Amino acid sequence: MTLWSRRHALGALGAAALCGTARAERFAGHYQPQAELLADGVWVVRGSDAPIGFDNGGAIANSVILASEAGPILFDCGPSQRYGAALSALARRLTGKTPALARRLTGKAPALVLISHLHPDHALGASAFDPALVGALPGTIADIERDGPGMSDAMFRMLADWMRDTRLVLPGRRLAPGALTIGGRRLTLYAMRGHSACDLVVKDEQSGVLLAGDLVFHDRAPATPHANLAQWRASLDQLSAIPHGLLVPGHGPVDRDGSAIAQTRDWLTWLDGALHQAAAQGLDMTEAGDMPIPARFAAMAAARYELQRSVSHFYPAIEAALLPRIDG
Amino acid sequence: MRGWKTGSALIALLAGVAHAATPPDPLHSPMWDMQAERLFGHDTVTFDPRVRMSVPMLAENQHVFPLTLDARALPHVRRIVVLVDLDPIPVPIDFAPGKAAPWLALRIKLDQRTPVRVAAQTDDGVWHVTGVWVDAAGGGCSAPPASRARGDWADHLGEVRGAVWHTAEATRLRFSLRHPMDTGLVDNIPAYNLETVRITAGGEDIARLTVSGSVSEDPAFTLLLPANEMRPIAIAMRDSNGREFSGRLP
Repeated sequence: MTLWSRRHALGALGAAALCGTARAERFAGHYQPQAELLADGVWVVRGSDAPIGFDNGGAIANSVILASEAGPILFDCGPSQRYGAALSALARRLTGKTPALARRLTGKAPALVLISHLHPDHALGASAFDPALVGALPGTIADIERDGPGMSDAMFRMLADWMRDTRLVLPGRRLAPGALTIGGRRLTLYAMRGHSACDLVVKDEQSGVLLAGDLVFHDRAPATPHANLAQWRASLDQLSAIPHGLLVPGHGPVDRDGSAIAQTRDWLTWLDGALHQAAAQGLDMTEAGDMPIPARFAAMAAARYELQRSVSHFYPAIEAALLPRIDG
Repeated sequence: MRGWKTGSALIALLAGVAHAATPPDPLHSPMWDMQAERLFGHDTVTFDPRVRMSVPMLAENQHVFPLTLDARALPHVRRIVVLVDLDPIPVPIDFAPGKAAPWLALRIKLDQRTPVRVAAQTDDGVWHVTGVWVDAAGGGCSAPPASRARGDWADHLGEVRGAVWHTAEATRLRFSLRHPMDTGLVDNIPAYNLETVRITAGGEDIARLTVSGSVSEDPAFTLLLPANEMRPIAIAMRDSNGREFSGRLP
């Protein structure tokens, strides 16, 4: 289906479904990504910490801009062509103005776009770049090849006009764990897993800033559509062992006091135990999704929403493992 | 409301028909009139908040959408149906609670954004209806089930799991059946689904379910039987190929 016909099919569906309530056709606004300086040549561009929705255009994930002599390096690039383009323009402006490098950097185009994992709020913005400049671990490239079309369809369904011109881009550069130097910027790449089958973590050696991707959520409940909770907790142990300064989570505010890894682990451990306990008590999925959330998670955005998603992701398998066979 | 009542009374009078038309749909569904006529015929229909349904705030998986219905606030409920207006198989379940509470937890498929409703019929024949719009991605009924994609459905067909929990209020029965629940709407896969479930305790009839292909793959149900039900519970199931499955507790 072409972009044109898909949008119009969606519009027709919305109009029929709501029978006159105002949802027939909605036009996207403009992405206005804002950068916050974290260290010399390191900026975070914050997502909205909310669920993906038309009101935020899907711009819910954090991205990072790193200055280099070859041009800015981006870590994750948002949900759509237009977000990727806006982020690229922002990166060019910022790196063009970096005082320490100003003589050599005059707003070059991005030199490399790193994709942390397959999820569309991090990866589909790659549409705005030459695939040869987009890098990911081989596992992530395989994940996007398998699930990308379905995730792209889902984003078009929810975000409609925000997704205009967005095409699925398979990262053309296969990354390997270890040292990577781009335009004088020394990075260390780590291949982990648990949030998805393949999660990229990057440390900027100059600033010590750790880009954790979606292995770390901060004051925003973790999302689990492709998660393996045991692997995820093992990756959190690995992350804790990497000496670092500030940590940029995939969602939520920058971690300045070293609490975000523990908070993510706390939620995952609680979630795992609570779902098993609910299944052992004979609760159904709606009841499990309505269970009380401990007060210590009160500051976490989207907690109930992510709990109910996690029930959908894990509950049938937990039940199948817990309930005994009775067909004799 | 007043105008509608007058109008419908007039129409009934003019047409010489002695039944009440269905009331206007608070959800403004494009399919309500047709579905209501088909399902409720000449019965009286009322939108009634005493019928409650609990669903998650989003349809994370359109193949497995959980729904808990509760009509315990109504007296003498004899039949409960779930109606999914815009589904190609719009009635996933028809539940005769019998001696069980008029309460049921199940999982259904959604084929698109649609109203999802629960209708409970009391002994006087009146249908009490509640519902919400649920936003769902397409394909819940028209994509193959996971076990067809994996290819292992036949290896596990008929496996029944279950348990009971005794609380002060009820004997909670929860059970599941491995079954592909093919809708017949996927290329080259004919309809094949669980059709009937009969629950007995000590040989006495407790409750019956009539199931269609829009109940999720590997159907799982929770019922509330009377408290302190200590007799052996038997679950007898039959699918659309006539194959029978059973489970026994304890």
